[in-house]
Amino acid sequence: MTKYIIRRLLAAIPVLFGLSIILFAFIHLLPGDPAVALLGQHATPELTAEIRAQLGLDQPLWQQYLAYLGQLLHGDLGKSIITNRPIIDEFLLRFPGTVELTVGALIFAVGLGIPLGRYAARHVQGFGDGMVTVISLLGISIPIFVLGLTLQYIFAVQLKWLPASGRLDPRIAIEYHTNFVLIDTLLDGNIPAFFNGLSHLILPAIALGSIPLAIITRITRASVLDVTNEDYVRTARAKGLSERRVGGRHIMRNAWLPVVTVIGLQVGGLLAGAVITETIFSWNGVGRWTVQAIQDHDYFVVQSIILIFALIFLVVNLVVDIGYAFINPRIRYA
Amino acid sequence: MATVAAPRARRAEARASRGLWRDAFNRLMRNGPALVGLFFITVFFAAAIFAPFIAPYDPIAGSLADRLQLPSAAHIMGTDLQGRDEFSRILYGARVSLFVAVGSVIMALIMGGIAGATAGAVGGKVDNVVMRIVDVMLAIPGILLAIGIVAWLGQGLPQIMIAVAATNAPIFARILRGSLLANREVDYVSAARSLGASRSRMLFRHMLPNSLTALIVAATLALATAIIDVAGLGFLGLGPADPRTPEWGTMLTDATRFIRQAPYLIFFPGLAIVVAAIGFNLLGDGLRESLDPRMKR
Repeated sequence: MTKYIIRRLLAAIPVLFGLSIILFAFIHLLPGDPAVALLGQHATPELTAEIRAQLGLDQPLWQQYLAYLGQLLHGDLGKSIITNRPIIDEFLLRFPGTVELTVGALIFAVGLGIPLGRYAARHVQGFGDGMVTVISLLGISIPIFVLGLTLQYIFAVQLKWLPASGRLDPRIAIEYHTNFVLIDTLLDGNIPAFFNGLSHLILPAIALGSIPLAIITRITRASVLDVTNEDYVRTARAKGLSERRVGGRHIMRNAWLPVVTVIGLQVGGLLAGAVITETIFSWNGVGRWTVQAIQDHDYFVVQSIILIFALIFLVVNLVVDIGYAFINPRIRYA
Repeated sequence: MATVAAPRARRAEARASRGLWRDAFNRLMRNGPALVGLFFITVFFAAAIFAPFIAPYDPIAGSLADRLQLPSAAHIMGTDLQGRDEFSRILYGARVSLFVAVGSVIMALIMGGIAGATAGAVGGKVDNVVMRIVDVMLAIPGILLAIGIVAWLGQGLPQIMIAVAATNAPIFARILRGSLLANREVDYVSAARSLGASRSRMLFRHMLPNSLTALIVAATLALATAIIDVAGLGFLGLGPADPRTPEWGTMLTDATRFIRQAPYLIFFPGLAIVVAAIGFNLLGDGLRESLDPRMKR
C-alpha cells in the first residue's frame, strides 16, 4: 500500500513541473512587453521598471523560471497588481465561499444522483428509467449559466421563495471566524443567520451541481446494472435473501467503486463551474474573483488561481485513487 | 492459387469495412433519440447557414425606439436593450456558435489525433513525454484552461477557438492512444504483423480505422461541450472582440441586468444553446450505441 502511495505521489511530480512551466509562460511570455501588459493603462515608467525588476525580465529566461519556481516552493504567489496585497491572503479570504458552494453542489449531486441511478437501474427500460435518462440528458446539456439564470428568475424574481444573490442577507451582521458563513453562524449559535445563509446556498448549489448530478446518475445506473448481472447477485437471490439485502450488501457494495471515482473527477468541473456560478449569483468566492481579475488584467491572480485549482484537483484525485485502492485490493497489486 | 486468394481476400476486406459503417448507419437510423438529436442539429445548421435569408432584421443595427419590446408578431422573440430583433440575433448567433465550436473540435482532433497517434504507435519515451503533457493539460479543470488562454491571447473568435480546442485536445489524445494500445494486441493486428505488414500499414490500415469509432463518438459529444464553453466564455465577458457580435453567451450576459423586465432575453438564447447541446449529446450517445452494439443495453 505504501509503495502504491509513493508511486502515485512520484507520478504527480512531472505534472506539477509541467504546470509550473505553463504558468510561468503565462506571465513571462505575455504578448508584447510583459511588464506593460501586466500594468495595462496604469503603466508609468517607474512602475514598469519595478515590475521588470520583480520579474527579472532582464535576466535569461531560464533564470526567470528558476526564480519563479523558488518563489512557488516558498509558498509565495506574489502580489495582486490591483490591491498590492499578497495573493495568498486574498485567496484564503475567498476560498471558504467557494468550498461552501462546491460542497453544497456535491451534496446535491450525490444525494440525488445515487438514488436516481439506483431507481433507474431497478426499473430498467421502464417509464421511471426513461425519466431519469431525460433528466441526466438535460443535466449535461443545460449550461450552468442558463440553469442558474432560470432558477434565479423563477424562484427569486417571480416566486420570491429564495434570495437571488449573495451569501447572506446584507442586513444580517455576523462575525467571521473561518469565513464559512454556515460554520461561523453555527459557532455563534446564530440560528436565523444560519438558515439565511443556507437559503442563499440552495439555488447556486443546484445550478452548479446539475452536471455532476447527471454524470453521477448515469454512472450509478450503469454500475448497478453491471453488478446486477453478476453470478453472486443471482446466488444471493437464489439463497432467498430479501431484495433490500441484495441491493444494499451485494449490489451497492460493488457498484460503489466507479461511482466514487467519478465523484472525485467532478471536483475539477465543480471548481471551474464555480467561476460561472459565482458570477451569476454574486457569490463572494474565488470564482468571482477570477472573473474580476481577468477584467482588471490582474494576471498574477489568474495565474495563481489556475495553479491552486489544478493542485486541488490533483490532490483530490490522488486521495480518491488511494481510497479506492484501500477498498479494492485488485488495484493495489496491479 | 495465390492469385485467386488475394482478390478474394481483398473483396472480403472491402465488404467487411463497408459492412461496419453501413450496419452502424442502419442501427443509427433505428435509434429514436439519435434521430431527435439529428433533427435538432439540422435545425441548428439550417439556422446558421440560412440566417441571412431567414432573419427578418439586421442583427447588429437596431433602433432605440424599439428597445425591450415583448415578443410580438413583428418581433417573434422580442427586441433587446438596443432595439435589435432577438430572433435575427439568435439566427446569426448560431453561425458564430457553429463556426467556433466545429472549428475548435476540428482543431482539437488534429492536435489530439497527432499526439495520441504518435504516443500510441511509437510508444516508449515518446509515449511517456506526450502523455505527461496531456496530464498537465488535464490537470487544469475544464473551462478554467480556456479562460486562461483567452485572458492570455486576448478576445476574439480565433482565440476562443484555440482555447476551447486546448480543453478537448488532451482528451482526444488520451482516447486515441488508449484504443490504439488496446488494438495493438488484437488478433487481426497480430495476424497482419505475422504476415509481415509494415509498421505504417499496420497503423493506417488496421489499427487507426478500428480506433476511430471511439474518437468519432468523443468528438460528437465534444461539440456539445464546445458550444456550451464558447457561450460560457461569452457569458464571462470573454466573447468576440466586437461586443455587437450576436453571440449567445454574450447576449445572455447583456440580458442579466434586465432579468425582471425582459426574461425572454434570457429564455431564447438559453433555449438555443440547450437545443444545440441536446442535439449533439443525443447524436453522440446514439453513435456510441450504433458503432459499438455491445454498448447497447
